[in-house]
Amino acid sequence: MAKLPTPEELVASRPEFPAQSWFDYKPKFEAGSYCYPAQKPTMELMHMPNPHDWDPAADDWNLPENWKEILCDAFADRLAKHRSLKLFMDICVRCGACADKCHFFLGTNDPKNMPVLRVELLRSLYRRDYTLLGKILGKTIGARELDYDIVKELFFYAYQCTECRRCSLFCPYGIDTAEITAIVRELLHEVGLGIHWIMDPVKNCSLTGNHLGIKPHSYKEIVEMLADDCEDIVGIRPKTPFNERGHEILFICPSGDVFADPGIYTFMGYLILFNELDLDYTLSTYASEGGNFGSFTTFNMAKKLNAKMYAEAERLGCKWILGGECGHMWRVINQYMDTYNGPTPAHMQTPVSPITGTVFENAASTKMVHIAEFEADLIKHGKLNLDPSRNDDLVCTWHDSCNPARAMGLLDEPRYVLKHVVNKFYEMPENTIRENTFCCGAGSGLNTEEIMELRMRSGMPRGNALRYVQQKYGVNRMCCVCAIDRATLPPLANYWAPGVTVSGLTELVANALVCKGEPKRTMNLRQEDLPHLDEEEQGE
Amino acid sequence: MLKSLLVVALVAAIAWLGASAGLGSLFGVVLPYVAIAVFLGGVVWRMVYWAKSPVPFAIPTTGGQEKSLDWIKQAKWDCPDTKWGVVKRMILEVFLFRSLFRNMHAEMKPNDAVNGGPRLVYYSSKWLWVFALLFHYCFFLVFFRHFRFFMEPVPACVGFFEMLDGMFQIGAPRFYMTGGLLFCAVLFLLLRRLANPRVRYISLFQDYFPLWLIMGIAGSGICMRYFTKTDITQVKAYIMGLVQFHPISAAGIDPVFFMHVALVSVLLAYFPFSKLTHMAGVFFSPTRNLPCDTRRTRHENPWNPEKNFLTYPEYEDMYREAMADAGLPLDKPLEKKSGE
Ligand code: SF4
Ligand code: SF4
Repeated sequence: MAKLPTPEELVASRPEFPAQSWFDYKPKFEAGSYCYPAQKPTMELMHMPNPHDWDPAADDWNLPENWKEILCDAFADRLAKHRSLKLFMDICVRCGACADKCHFFLGTNDPKNMPVLRVELLRSLYRRDYTLLGKILGKTIGARELDYDIVKELFFYAYQCTECRRCSLFCPYGIDTAEITAIVRELLHEVGLGIHWIMDPVKNCSLTGNHLGIKPHSYKEIVEMLADDCEDIVGIRPKTPFNERGHEILFICPSGDVFADPGIYTFMGYLILFNELDLDYTLSTYASEGGNFGSFTTFNMAKKLNAKMYAEAERLGCKWILGGECGHMWRVINQYMDTYNGPTPAHMQTPVSPITGTVFENAASTKMVHIAEFEADLIKHGKLNLDPSRNDDLVCTWHDSCNPARAMGLLDEPRYVLKHVVNKFYEMPENTIRENTFCCGAGSGLNTEEIMELRMRSGMPRGNALRYVQQKYGVNRMCCVCAIDRATLPPLANYWAPGVTVSGLTELVANALVCKGEPKRTMNLRQEDLPHLDEEEQGE
Repeated sequence: MLKSLLVVALVAAIAWLGASAGLGSLFGVVLPYVAIAVFLGGVVWRMVYWAKSPVPFAIPTTGGQEKSLDWIKQAKWDCPDTKWGVVKRMILEVFLFRSLFRNMHAEMKPNDAVNGGPRLVYYSSKWLWVFALLFHYCFFLVFFRHFRFFMEPVPACVGFFEMLDGMFQIGAPRFYMTGGLLFCAVLFLLLRRLANPRVRYISLFQDYFPLWLIMGIAGSGICMRYFTKTDITQVKAYIMGLVQFHPISAAGIDPVFFMHVALVSVLLAYFPFSKLTHMAGVFFSPTRNLPCDTRRTRHENPWNPEKNFLTYPEYEDMYREAMADAGLPLDKPLEKKSGE
C-alpha cells in the first residue's frame, strides 16, 4: 500500500476545479483511484452477463462488441422499471444544494463527485436519447452520446459513491444519488464490469452462506471459540445453538462480526446477552450472513442473497428474526426484504419480546427486529442488570451509520442503550450526526485496501468530527451499529484521530451486563483489565 | 449563459417588432392559445410518463427518528409512518421547502484550534432557501394578482390581495411589492449561479434560460405598469376577449404587452420539456412521498422476479459430511457409504 499523505497534506492537495467544462475532462485511472476488477471466474460462477478479464488502467476494457447496444437497452429497461430513475433524470434543477453534502466531494474536490454531477453523467445520456430538446439541441443543453470514455467515467464515479443518501436528505426534491449509483452499477454489470471486493463476497455468500466464505463447520468452530472466550471473561459459557429447529427466534448478524476484530467482541456480546436472557433462539450456518454485498451490484442479486433469511426461518420454524448490528444489512431488511422475498412464511408472527412482552408492531410485516430496539426495550423495562462503570475507561461517541440513519431512522434506540451502558458519552458536532451523519467513507463495498487514500479523503468529514470530540472531550471510543464501519473506521480513526478505537454497541452492553451468578468480572470483552480494579483492590 | 440571454432577447425583440408591425394577433392570440395547450397537455403527458413506470421499492429518506418503541419520540414530520403523516411531510416540502431549509455550508478550516489541524466546519446557509421561497411565492402571487385581467367581475380576494400588495404607496401607480420582489429574487438566483463557482460549474443553458425569461416577464410587466403606462382598460378588454374565446382587435395596444405575453407563452410551452417539471415531479418523489413504515407494511413490486437462490437442501448437499463431522443437525442424514 502506498504511503498516505499526512492529514494536512491531504487537505491541501485537493485540487481546484479544472478549467475545462465537465464534459471535457476525464478521470485518470491511476493506482489508488479505482477498485480492482471482479475476476472472470467469479462473474461466470455467479452467472453475471458478459464476464471478461479487464484492467481499469488499460485503454481497452475488453467490453463485449455490442456494449453500446447492451447499455442503451439496459438503460431503457431500468427506466421502465423504476419511476425514481425517470423522475430523477427529469427534475433536477441544478441548485447545487447537494454539492457539499457529499463526503467524496468534500474530500476530493472533484466536481464530478458532487452528487448533482454524478447524476449528470447519466442524465446527459438520457437527455440525448429521451428528451425532445436534447435530441434537437444536443450539446448546447448538455446532452451527449454514449461513448467508451463515458462508460469508464460512469464506472469511476459509481465507485466513488457509497450510496449513503446524505445528498437525498438535502435535495429539495429528494433526488437520491444512491439510487442512481445503484442503477449505474447495475448497468455496468450488464457489460461485465464489477469490482472484486464486492463480487467475491457475493460469490462466497451465495455458496457458503456468508461473505467470508466460512464453511458450516468452521463457522461453528469459530463461534465455539468465541464462546470459550466469553467463558474466560464472564465465567459462564453461553449457549451456542446452531441450525436447531423449533426455537422462537432466528438470530442473524453480519458475518464480519464472527470473524473480524473488533466485530467479534460484538458477537461475543450477543452470545452473552442471549445467554443471560435465556433467549429461545438459534443461529444458522446457512443464513449466516446478514450483510448483503449483492445490494451493491444489482437488485436481483440483493434479492438472491437475502432470500436465505426467510427460507431458513421457515425451515427452522422460527416465529421471528432478530437482526444484529449492520448498516447495509438493515437497508435491505428495512426497505427491500419484504418486497423481495415476502410475504413472510405463514407461521411467522409479529415479533414479541419474550422478556418484556413488548409487541414490535413496527416490524409487523417484515417480522425482523433490530438488536438496538430489542436492547433498548429490555433496558427500559429494567430487565438488564447493568454496571456502566465497567466501561469507565471509555469516553464514547456515537457514529450513526448511513443506512440505519437515513433509510431506517434508527437514531435514539442505540443512543438510549449506549447511555445506559457507559457513563461518558459525547456527541460529535450536530451537523455530522443523526440524519446528517457522514459516511465512514468506504461503505457500499468500497472498504478495500487498494483505495486507502481515497477512503481517508472520503472519510475526512467523519474523521474531522471525530478528532474534534477527541481533542475536546477526550473521546477514545467510537461506537456504531455497522459491521462495515467496524472494519473501516479503525483505519480512519487511526489516520484522523489516532488513539480512538471502534466498537459495536452490544460489546459495551455485555461489558456492563452483570450476569446472574457470575464471578467478579475483571476483564472486558477485549480481555483488558476493567477500570477501577486497582482502586478496589487498594480499598480492600 | 449568454446564449440563453440571447434567445430570450430574441423572443422579446421579435414579439415587440412583430406587434409594432401589426402582427399583434399572432403574438397576442395564436401564441398564448398554443402555449397554454402545450403547457397543459405537456404536463399531463410528463406525469403519465412518470406514472407508467412502477415504484418497485419503498425508499423514503428518513429525515429523523423512526416510529419504533412507544416511548421513543418519533420525528413525525421528517419520518412519518402514516399516509396522513406523509401528506404533512409533503406540505412542508412543497410549501416551505423543508429540505432546502436544512441547507448548510461546509468550510475547511486548515488550522482549527480544537482539532490542532484541519477541520470541516458547517454553517447554516439559508439564503438559497429564503430566495427560493421568495421567488416561488412572489411568482405565484403575481400570477394570482393577474386574475383581475382574467375575470369579470374581479373576485374580491384578488382585489383584497392587490390592496395588500400595494400597501406601500410609492409613486403614482401603486407599487406592487410582489413584482419588485420577484425581480430581486430572480436576480439573486441568477447572480448566485454566476458567483458561486460550484453552481456555475454545473449550470447549463437550460438553467439560465428560464431565469432570463422570468426576468423578461417581470421586467416587461413592471415596464408596462410604471413606465410606458399601458392602458389597462384596453388590455383587460383584450384579455377578456381571449378568455371568452372571442379575441378582439389588438390595434392600439402597447407592443410591450405583446412582448410580455410572448415571453409568458414561451415559458409555458417550454415548461413540460424542462426541469421546470419539478413542480409536478416533487409529488412523485419516492424518497419523500412514501410512509416510513416499510417493516410494518409490505410494498409490492410488480416486476418482482422469481426467487432463485441456493436453497438449504442444496447447501446441505454441498457440506453434509463436514456438517455431520462438526455435529451440526442435518435434514437428510449422512448415508453410510456402500461396503461399510
Ligand atoms: S439538490 Fe437536488 S435539485 Fe439541487 S442540484 Fe442536487 S440533485 Fe439537483
Ligand atoms: S449517496 Fe452519499 S456518496 Fe453518493 S453522492 Fe450522495 S452523498 Fe455522495
